[in-house]
Amino acid sequence: MNMELSRRSFLKTSGAGIAGTTLGAFGFGEAEAAVAAFIKPFHLANTTEARNTCTYCSVACGIIIFSKGDLRKGEKADIVHIEGDADHPTNRGTLCPKGAALRDIVKSETRLTQPMVRKPGSDRFEPISWDAALDKIAHAMKHDRDANFVATNKDGVTVNRWLTAGFLAASATTNETAFATYKVVRSTGMLGFDNQARV
Amino acid sequence: MTNSWTDIKNTDLVIIMGGNAAEAHPCGFKWVTEAKANRGAKLIVVDPRYNRSASVADYYAPIRQGSDIAFLMGLINWCIQNDKVQWAYTKAFTNASFLVKEGFEYHEGLFTGYDEEKRDYNRDTWEYEIGPDGYAVVDDTLTHPRCVWNLLKQHVSIYTPELVERICGTPKDKFLHIAEMVGECSSPTKTMTSMYALGWTQHSKGAQNIRGMAMLQLILGNIGVRGGGMNALRGHSNIQGLTDLGLLSNMLPGYLNLPVDKEPDFATYMSTRGFKPLRPNQMSYWQNYRKFFVSFMKSMYGDAATAENDWAYHYLPKLDVPNYDILRMFERMKKGEINLYFCQGFNPLQAFPNRAKLSEGLSKLKLLVVMDPLQTETARFWEDHGVYNKTDPSSIQTEVIQLPTTCFAEDEGSLVNSGRWLQWHWPGGSPPGEARTDTWIMAQIHLRLKALYARDGGAFPDPIVNLNWSYKDPDEPTPEELAREMNGSALVDVFDPNDPTKKILEAGKQLPGFGVLRDDGTTASGCWIFSGCWTEAGNMMARRDNSDPGDTGAYLKWSFAWPANRRIIYNRASCDLEGKPWDPSRKLIEWDGAKWTGYDVPDIAPTAKPGDVGPFIMNAEGSGRLFVRKMMRDGPFPVHYEPFESPVANVIAPKIVGNPVSRVFKDDWKQFAQTASPDFPYAATTYRLTEHFHYWTKNNHVNSVLQPEQFVEISEELARDKGIALGGWVRVWSMRGSLFAKAVVTKRIKPMTIDGKIVHVVGIPIHWGFVGAARKGFPANVLTPFVGDANIETPEFKAFLVNIEASAGPAVS
Repeated sequence: MNMELSRRSFLKTSGAGIAGTTLGAFGFGEAEAAVAAFIKPFHLANTTEARNTCTYCSVACGIIIFSKGDLRKGEKADIVHIEGDADHPTNRGTLCPKGAALRDIVKSETRLTQPMVRKPGSDRFEPISWDAALDKIAHAMKHDRDANFVATNKDGVTVNRWLTAGFLAASATTNETAFATYKVVRSTGMLGFDNQARV
Repeated sequence: MTNSWTDIKNTDLVIIMGGNAAEAHPCGFKWVTEAKANRGAKLIVVDPRYNRSASVADYYAPIRQGSDIAFLMGLINWCIQNDKVQWAYTKAFTNASFLVKEGFEYHEGLFTGYDEEKRDYNRDTWEYEIGPDGYAVVDDTLTHPRCVWNLLKQHVSIYTPELVERICGTPKDKFLHIAEMVGECSSPTKTMTSMYALGWTQHSKGAQNIRGMAMLQLILGNIGVRGGGMNALRGHSNIQGLTDLGLLSNMLPGYLNLPVDKEPDFATYMSTRGFKPLRPNQMSYWQNYRKFFVSFMKSMYGDAATAENDWAYHYLPKLDVPNYDILRMFERMKKGEINLYFCQGFNPLQAFPNRAKLSEGLSKLKLLVVMDPLQTETARFWEDHGVYNKTDPSSIQTEVIQLPTTCFAEDEGSLVNSGRWLQWHWPGGSPPGEARTDTWIMAQIHLRLKALYARDGGAFPDPIVNLNWSYKDPDEPTPEELAREMNGSALVDVFDPNDPTKKILEAGKQLPGFGVLRDDGTTASGCWIFSGCWTEAGNMMARRDNSDPGDTGAYLKWSFAWPANRRIIYNRASCDLEGKPWDPSRKLIEWDGAKWTGYDVPDIAPTAKPGDVGPFIMNAEGSGRLFVRKMMRDGPFPVHYEPFESPVANVIAPKIVGNPVSRVFKDDWKQFAQTASPDFPYAATTYRLTEHFHYWTKNNHVNSVLQPEQFVEISEELARDKGIALGGWVRVWSMRGSLFAKAVVTKRIKPMTIDGKIVHVVGIPIHWGFVGAARKGFPANVLTPFVGDANIETPEFKAFLVNIEASAGPAVS
């Protein structure tokens, strides 16, 4: 069955009041039904859900992210809980010890929150604005590319390569990010361009 | 994967070798449990450690790390000797009958054409004999001495059960027990699946490990069938996608490759990519290469790619060496040849071998740019962490810019799982602080660079200023726009070449799939194999119908699988020559007399008659390759080579150290331990723990509580010999560095007897570093050797030499 539709229609028809009855009809035992009746309405009534995929390995377990606030309405959304997606054919709701703790990586104390720079010889990072950081990067690229670009090899063949810069791409970003990255990096003529698949 | 996670439930026998799915892919491993519980399937695990997968296996055998090829060639030899071959499949669907050129030979570890100085082969004889009709010559009776089957038979004949025991340390009776279990799957109604991961790839002959099993699966008739296949479990959540998209130093999206210096123009480039069929009637689907290439260039460069400028061929950089892979880049960095380096969600200081060398390289950069959701060791390589990262920041002149990015939970788009499913996901939370998406950052870099080149000119600005960037908001292309671009669209109205009055595509519309791509610049597609993912019918990757007609595990309406939503590739091979399933109880597709139909998208032209067209449509032969011609640098058949650091000399070719064609940089030779070195007597290997993911989850409090501290794993026998106590500190060191860790003394690892010599194994989990929530520790790469696979340069993390001693632990300052 189409799980997106069924889940939505289930939501529509099952207000908090009748959820217990509906679940009972699904064959849940009384105790489970009582727990489910309490928990599910809490999830569903007080949070928004987003379908996502576990960020770790390529089994790619389906997950549901529960947040306070709705991004689709342009609100700030604060993730309060992440659990396995029972509708997903591969993991059927289960998660491993890494997946089960996904919320903690999103909320890790070592998440980065602002651009930083470590100057030559310094022993610390200091804040820098996005604009200043990006300008610095673009100028450094242009300067180095102009100085070291190899337009032709010793036999006079056009080779158009840039060998003094390199780029390592992420392997947990989306295909869409990867394609944008591909376009930007390859268009510069950089050859030292790899991703984690090399390991 | 040729198959999918959910397909594993269809198998009769699972062999886990070169991986540890129960530990590293727990939720995927549940499909093994499913097959065991519901089909009575058996599980074999072959590994140096009695690991978590082994703990639920029906049969376990130990093997010394780095000796898998001897074991696999031993299995092929045993199957041939004992008539455990699916003959009809092997004869019809593999290149067993093809004749190899006269002059091709193999002696004592080397094939014809070896040049010791270049560490490379002249591979000219590694080819088929071509007949006067232009096709490869075959001998269907398999009697010709130069047919692939007889060459294979001869090649594997040395790998007897006795030799396997000598090289691998696997007791002969255990090897034979496994051979018998595997041999049963030569029946058309029994199938085996191979599940492997980094345990096979991270060797100097990693690609040949995998080929060894693929060859075995071919002669057993297990490729293309439900419950069979070669299943690479893969690593990160989108490592498959980034591979598919060609973010590799020698690739273009969709497994096209970059030009090399010997291809000065497009015509020369295409001249070796014609892929003319090698047998009559074969599809040889790469014949469409030009369509894929031109459509990609239209996607990259739009109107700037024209027939007149060879579709902007010169906008692509050309390679003067096979690869600018990461090992080569760090070698160049160390020599001061790299000024600028970007790390996007990648922590190479932990992820590549010989950390001291990596650190030295990073110290010579002018600018290092790190884009990451988390703190990484790489971004802080200059920071002094005492024994864990001893530095003098004042002497390091590298400028480091660290940019905060969103993570999966704040981002929208698709990821490709191991089974090639492109699954769309939606964001659930707002990014912390000023964190931005990687796409926004890349767009900012591009737009600034483009503005600078437009204003000031400079070195060959054309590919930068002409890059197709026609997004509604150039500052941040949307996931939808990018996905639509990868799928591709018609650039003008396109008409049927056979009937110019018939319009088949309308300008501006999304393409239904790669079958309609053109090589005349009228279609664009960023990645041909993804075509079909976002059509006029919408986002196919977001589909969430989990129905499964026939209970086959295919789930055709869940997300989108490349290519063409096909769930098991080579699935034509699931049927015999008449087009009937080898195993009617596991029907996947079949020939109904006029066309192919079934539970999966047929991997063959829908009306290709079963007797005419072979199932391996990407190969010019139409068949699977037991002999891989000149396509791999280290041989058309796998050969057992020792790791570069080995406790014993190579039994079959004592003079050969490591893989004879692996690239080794001069300084790195000096940092390898000698074969059987008394200073480094123990065979080390690295691995992962289920509670941790690489170097990420040490940033996660829960996972850091579950596995807070680094340890190494050794046998009770070695602990006794060295006076090491369970839970006590040890120091482990190699030619490249040393680490301190707690000792786990275990029965899971046992000493092995290799060629008469006792060899002890030291197991080293990889997950620690100097940032995060876990206790500080040493990453395993302080020890590992700087050498890669001969074909693709994946580092040899799985087999190297160390020494070990009891210790008081790291000095606390």
